[in-house]
Amino acid sequence: MNITLTHFLIISAILFSLGIYGVITRRNAIMVLMGIELILNAANINFVAFARYGGMHMDGQAIAVFVIVLAAAEAAIALAIVLNIYQRFNTVNVDEVSSLKE
Amino acid sequence: MLQHIIDSAKLLRPETALATTFCLLLLADLFIRRKSNATAWLALVGLSVTGFFVAQQAAMMGAPISIFTNMFAVDAFSIFFKVVILAASGVIVLFSLQSNELQLGTRRLGEYYALLISLTLGMFLMTGASNLLMMYLSLELTSLSSYILAGYTKDAEDSSEASLKYIIYGAVSSGMMLYGISILYGLTGAVDIYGVQHALMLQDVNTLALIIAGILIVAGFGYKISAAPFHFWTPDVYEGAPITITAFLSVASKAAGFAMMIRFFTVSFLDVNVSRELVGSWAIFQGFEWNRLLAILSVLTMTLGNLAALGQRNLKRLLAYSSIAHAGYMLLGVVVLSNQGLAAVLIYFVVYFFMNLGAFYLVMLVANKTGSEEIDEYRGLGYRSPLISVAMTIFLLSLTGIPPTAGFVGKLYLFAALINAKMIWLAVVGALNSVVSLYYYVRVLRNMFLRDAGRSTMPISLSIPQIVLLLALLAPVILLGIYFGPLVEYAQASVTMFGVH
Repeated sequence: MNITLTHFLIISAILFSLGIYGVITRRNAIMVLMGIELILNAANINFVAFARYGGMHMDGQAIAVFVIVLAAAEAAIALAIVLNIYQRFNTVNVDEVSSLKE
Repeated sequence: MLQHIIDSAKLLRPETALATTFCLLLLADLFIRRKSNATAWLALVGLSVTGFFVAQQAAMMGAPISIFTNMFAVDAFSIFFKVVILAASGVIVLFSLQSNELQLGTRRLGEYYALLISLTLGMFLMTGASNLLMMYLSLELTSLSSYILAGYTKDAEDSSEASLKYIIYGAVSSGMMLYGISILYGLTGAVDIYGVQHALMLQDVNTLALIIAGILIVAGFGYKISAAPFHFWTPDVYEGAPITITAFLSVASKAAGFAMMIRFFTVSFLDVNVSRELVGSWAIFQGFEWNRLLAILSVLTMTLGNLAALGQRNLKRLLAYSSIAHAGYMLLGVVVLSNQGLAAVLIYFVVYFFMNLGAFYLVMLVANKTGSEEIDEYRGLGYRSPLISVAMTIFLLSLTGIPPTAGFVGKLYLFAALINAKMIWLAVVGALNSVVSLYYYVRVLRNMFLRDAGRSTMPISLSIPQIVLLLALLAPVILLGIYFGPLVEYAQASVTMFGVH
């Protein structure tokens, strides 16, 4: 079977949807962050696939490298924030961290 | 190529100065004592140097120019926003010096100022970003710095919560934006917005895919400018974050988001085949009519912001909803698609800068004394502290848009642009919203002047530097309401963007 651009796009669309689904349904902050990683990686697959099959030089692949680095930075900050939340609230459940709602 | 890089680097002096300041602050923090304000003054020096370079750039500005192979545009439009952001950054450093929330306790403030500078750098890059990757990276630089700053007083529960909510909403929105960008890249094969525009001119692309990409990208911008339905983080983050950061986000972050959004949409979807002289506004491609989408967002944003503000008891949270509503008003100027509309947005930003920072400054001064931002704490303030109350009255009336304050001039130009573009119904919605907003602003005034002080009768006195800073924010709100010619001329001269003829 030939693997074409369409296959990659479908995979990335599925990953993106799973990411959004995870963000919406999960209550654990860590799981929400994993959903966000899925969204970023879905975009990465798009970039690389378009660059490889669309005949578009290396731009897409270069962007993917930047995004990987950025996802790492974001995860580092997010985990530090979650750690701090755990110390204050003794939970990482995003529903229970809600002293600011009226 | 080498020559191009050298030439480009010369035009990146303000950003270089900011990056240098950031590094110096991190280093200085290692050597400076815990309870010292030296880092704040170092940050101010760095901002002044940046200001000098921005002024130099503004003075020598000829034709708009694009540097680093279309990564970044240097034009009157970006310089205008840089001035607003830089001024806000300077004012916020001065606020931070007086904030009890930050100064009490054993925190090291060196990294606070370092992050403030990196936040400013991110916003500078956002104003000129003209490459899809550059747009995303500068947005993230801004966001990552602000996530940390929102939770900077990490021993406070609400501040920690604010940063968690901020990073979750922010990361999802920017992730969606990145996915939209990847689709746009696939459709056009271009990584800079001029290439996108060129590709859209030459070939027919799949309209449905273009619309999906456009909507996903709007999610990223919408989150940054806190437009509905991406505004859910705003009230919680604004209430929980240290008040200096709230003030900064409400003005500068919004300005940077608007600058990037306007540049992206105007350049990418510009139909150069239709002359602007013929239709009086920019022509955009058929297929994805982003101005309709933004018109809907704008109506939603102001209505939701104003209605939700009605029931608020915390002044910081009330100002958060009011800032959402103001984002809605400013979106109206973008929808018009003309230089007049853009100039109105720029005018509004300058006015908004003074009145919103002023209001937040007063909230901070009162909270320094009373330790709370509840509106009930403002009972009888008119008798305890006339200066604060009168200044607050002027800022709030200006936020409503009542003449002869500057807020009126801002709204006047926005609505005039709408009426010129024959979008009467949008102007009507905007005007009705202003009426609604009067109710909740006046409620604060009623608390200050018409209600009994009750148990809290402590007078709030201000030091001389505080009065000077307050008057520096207050005077323009009144002056610009009466004498606004120069501001209007400057704004009208600042709408030129690289790639828009």
